[in-house]
Amino acid sequence: MARTVTRSHKTLVTVLAWMVGLAIFFPILWTILTSFKTEAEAIASPPSFLAFEWTLENYGDVHERSNYFRHFWNSVVISLGSTLLGLLIAIPAAWAMAFVPGKQTKNVLMWMLSTKMLPPVGVLIPIYLIFRDYGLLDTLSGLVIVLTLINLPIIIWMLYTYFKEIPGEILEAARMDGATLAAEIIHVLTPMALPGIASTLLLNIILAWNEAFWTLNLTAAKAAPLTAFIASYSSPEGLFYAKLSAASTMAIAPILIMGWFSQKQLVRGLTFGAVK
Amino acid sequence: MATIHSRTAARFMISPSVLLLLGWMLIPLSLTVYFSFLRYNLLMPGMEEWTGWTNYQYFLTDPAFFEALTNTLLLVGGVLFITIIGGTGLGLLLNQPIWGQGIVRILVIAPFFVMPTVSALVWKNMFMNPVNGLFAHAAKFLGLAPYDFFGQAPLLSIILIVAWQWLPFATLILLTALQSLDQEQLEAAEMDGASTLSRFIYIVLPHLARAITVVILIQTIFLLSIFAEILVTTNGGPGYASTNITFLVYAQSLLQFDVGGGSAGGIIAVILANIVAIFLMRMIGKNLEV
Repeated sequence: MARTVTRSHKTLVTVLAWMVGLAIFFPILWTILTSFKTEAEAIASPPSFLAFEWTLENYGDVHERSNYFRHFWNSVVISLGSTLLGLLIAIPAAWAMAFVPGKQTKNVLMWMLSTKMLPPVGVLIPIYLIFRDYGLLDTLSGLVIVLTLINLPIIIWMLYTYFKEIPGEILEAARMDGATLAAEIIHVLTPMALPGIASTLLLNIILAWNEAFWTLNLTAAKAAPLTAFIASYSSPEGLFYAKLSAASTMAIAPILIMGWFSQKQLVRGLTFGAVK
Repeated sequence: MATIHSRTAARFMISPSVLLLLGWMLIPLSLTVYFSFLRYNLLMPGMEEWTGWTNYQYFLTDPAFFEALTNTLLLVGGVLFITIIGGTGLGLLLNQPIWGQGIVRILVIAPFFVMPTVSALVWKNMFMNPVNGLFAHAAKFLGLAPYDFFGQAPLLSIILIVAWQWLPFATLILLTALQSLDQEQLEAAEMDGASTLSRFIYIVLPHLARAITVVILIQTIFLLSIFAEILVTTNGGPGYASTNITFLVYAQSLLQFDVGGGSAGGIIAVILANIVAIFLMRMIGKNLEV
């Protein structure tokens, strides 16, 4: 920028930006802080910000109350399972559409996207009944199937936009040199596609981890991931702010960290290339 | 230069995705359409019978439907209003040189990664609770009467929570768009004596128009299906005061076991979403070069 930015202007903007940023982040910070308080201190008036007796007992209590780690594990299985399965199905499709585009490629891509626009309540009842009849309600495999399908369009689209950026000439050159299709995929395409695949993986784990329509409607106790486990705090008994905070902190921490790494992909993944 | 051989291979590679998505869309959706014409209650199995348009008639004349429709529009409109204005402001702020820009960005984006049930319960209990919430403490400190957010304004409270979750998305996209703004054009306008406001209205805003449209369309698709936030805070109540279409269909079918009525509602939700989807698809399609 050629315009000179005065130091005082930059200071002013910096102070303002930090104040707004901290205000937006504050509910998360407050949740983390409250998770280290006792229940009495969590509702104390006036609330103490840092000067309280730090305790870890909430984390133990949350686990004792309802086997926290099982729900955590369910979340891991569901988000990782559905993402990996989705990638397995989507990589060949995205590869083919990016490198062997045909007349129908655009239509196929747009149609795939349109399935993402279908509101989940439109198919809730049949899915629920099918799951009930085939014993898939409250099972991890059932949720993996549903989350794979609802995120498949996003996975294909993200991969497609990444694959599209790989110059096709390199593949042609490899083919000229006599590389087989398998060799082409393993030695040429994979190394170049890996960053895109990793970003897609990251964003989809986040989306699946936080998915809260199907996970709430299709699980009871056994296969409930963290979204559903946290929801059980909506009918509280007694003092529970500190425990709610501890459970929440553990539920959001891993995804918050992954999310910060994937902020660039977020725009790309969720706007389907409409904003770059 | 695709050969016939590679085209066959390509088709083979695409077909699993196509078949799965086709099955996922077609089978349940046609079942929903079918159910919507049946009198079908889960509590009375084997009593299903064809009733024609009765379910639609019943659903569309139910006062709850209009309340839910109004709530849906208020929820979507309210969140869009807050996130577009807030996101534009934040985008403009973060697009300037500041110390620690990366960290501020991270702070602003964070709410997007918080799962819906967590943000709803944290806001409801630890901030908006009229006795123990932080806002109540703040009101007491200022000598004011604490406001009972969920008692007085359940829908508005949900709008505020959802807006907090989606503000990062709007900010991030508008910031991305701002970064591609031609600085020379701005400088030229400044040298010609254009005020900050007119520069914003005549240069920045038109440049953002496309990104704002994308934010509106994509958020609308997601906001029409808000569910978890309502389930864990108000359960749609009091009465139907915070029930949206998504929640109404859920309540009708999985709480009252009225599969026929719920299915009719589901189809209405699909039609509503499609109206938005058509515009969104057109925008994305224009940008897509195969």
